[in-house]
Amino acid sequence: MAATIEDTPTTTAPQRVEGRRRRPGVGPVLLTTLAWVVAIGFFFPVLWMVLTAFKSENAAYTDPPTLFFSPTLEQFRAVFDAGIGPYLANSVGATAISTALVLVLATPAAFALSLRPVEKTQDVLFFFISTKMLPVVAAIVPIYVVVNEIRALDNIWTLIVLYTAMNLPIAVWMMRSFFLEVPGELLEAASIDGASLGRTLREVVLPIISPGIFATGLICVIFAWNEFFFAVNLTAANAGTVPVFLVGFITSEGLYWARLSAAATLAALPVVLAGWFAQNKLVQGLSFGAVK
Amino acid sequence: MAEVEFDQASRIYTPGAKPAVDKLSLTITDGELVVLVGPSGSGKSTALRMLAGLESIDAGSVRIDGRDVVDVSSKDRDIAMVFQNYALYPSKTVAENMAFPLKMRGLDKSERAAKVAEAAALLGLTDYLDRKPKALSGGQRQRVAMGRAIVREPRVFLMDEPLSNLDAKMRVQTRSQIASLQNRLAISTVYVTHDQVEAMTMGDRVAVLADGKLQQYATPSELYDRPVNAFVAGFIGSPAMNLLDLHREGEGVTLGGTDIPLSREVRDAAGSADTVTVGFRPEDLSIDSEGSGAGVKAVVDVVEELGSESYLYAHMAEDESTTLVVRGPGRTTVRYGDTIALRVDADAVHAFDAASGERLA
Repeated sequence: MAATIEDTPTTTAPQRVEGRRRRPGVGPVLLTTLAWVVAIGFFFPVLWMVLTAFKSENAAYTDPPTLFFSPTLEQFRAVFDAGIGPYLANSVGATAISTALVLVLATPAAFALSLRPVEKTQDVLFFFISTKMLPVVAAIVPIYVVVNEIRALDNIWTLIVLYTAMNLPIAVWMMRSFFLEVPGELLEAASIDGASLGRTLREVVLPIISPGIFATGLICVIFAWNEFFFAVNLTAANAGTVPVFLVGFITSEGLYWARLSAAATLAALPVVLAGWFAQNKLVQGLSFGAVK
Repeated sequence: MAEVEFDQASRIYTPGAKPAVDKLSLTITDGELVVLVGPSGSGKSTALRMLAGLESIDAGSVRIDGRDVVDVSSKDRDIAMVFQNYALYPSKTVAENMAFPLKMRGLDKSERAAKVAEAAALLGLTDYLDRKPKALSGGQRQRVAMGRAIVREPRVFLMDEPLSNLDAKMRVQTRSQIASLQNRLAISTVYVTHDQVEAMTMGDRVAVLADGKLQQYATPSELYDRPVNAFVAGFIGSPAMNLLDLHREGEGVTLGGTDIPLSREVRDAAGSADTVTVGFRPEDLSIDSEGSGAGVKAVVDVVEELGSESYLYAHMAEDESTTLVVRGPGRTTVRYGDTIALRVDADAVHAFDAASGERLA
């Protein structure tokens, strides 16, 4: 069979010929092994963190470490007792409100910059991305001074405004690429059919780019949820977010591995879950246009 | 139901550059199907989009039923358009797609449903009303696009190469469907295509455009029988008309040692010019099967056998660079490499000015 296929001109069935000709050599085996090693290297610390979170402090310190143990929720209880609750609420609030604001502001901006481009569109786009070029560390002092002056330190709305500003450029760029995939003919058809601009956006454009909006929103959620630098510098007890809580935990209870793991697992959980449930839509959104 | 009038309408993308549509003047009478045809870049689509309100009219005017629409937006022109890629709303079902223009005009739900059902029945789409465009074949999508245009009973239909995404068989079928639908609805229609066969078969009248300028606006048979210039002569007809620059001699021109007489009117119009562009269609050449030696000698390069007829592509025996297309009988016995003798039907010869390409008499 293999011999006859080898003789067939490649034009008839190039893919099959290609598939049959490739014998499992040393290269693929090595590559596969490497892929597994890298994957496990990335995944193992996370797995170990989650496992440790379910251990008792004693079990966490066993040497050599045990893979089988009787799981307990004791550490999670301890984390909530230590007061992660308000921090979680702050994180949820700052993430949700800033993401909503970003989407509300970025959608019309991206529409204007893609489907109704004007002479200076390129400059505007560059301006947006240029705001991401300055390291946040370099900007933190003036930001701190301003925030202090307007008496907005340790205020959740300060974080919301900053997170919105931080995510807006990325969102505009992402959404613009989604808008560019909308065929211009559709807008023309809608206008001939008698739809106003608002109706066209709502009824024609938004349903098409909804996976893109979803993907953009998720990226904003992840960035806002994980943000640490603004939070640690501008908030304290009132408006602190989960990453801030976590750092405080390391210093005060640094020796309690299991409890720290539980806190870290809690912090990572919402983003991981959101990513997990949304992975289809996320891939669809991020590869929008590539798979028409 | 409307009369459409282009009056010296121009579209100039960049000031100073050549206009995409140059002073187009054209009247489409009520209920007429007019085809705009031309090669790519001829301005036919731009002209249609000017009528649709998707391109601005930079000079002159366009009138629908006497009303100047230069400053009227698309949605207020009471037109409907079928796009080349159909432009169906992907998130809406067939029924919702067809109902959309009605919804935008504020018809209530039951009225919309009735009109959509009527149009769907007319187009054979009744069974597909709940499907999304993605689940339809190309031909069905095309019909949905038609349906969306006809539900509203607009003043004017605009069609921008609506058949170009269909396969050849489907195209021929849909072509006649559109023509009969248009006859039944009697709504003025402007139809753009680059395919001269579509233009000839569908149009009540055909406007041939090239380089943004109107070349000729006439019925299909008039375009075929009396093209006003060499461009139209070469563009209309398939295979194309043979167009040769020939030297004048005596009362006509010579081709391969054979005289082709020209009428007195043509000779007067040509004046003292040395050469004229002479055109004759493939069917106006006949193969002299006697082989008596008379006629233009040509060597066959390609034989296209179509069953009921055949087309022979040949070059002249004495001049390889001059090629001719000849219509022969079906099941021809002529083969590649054969030398044939051709006779030109002198009554069917078209003559054009060699420099300007304008028709001589």
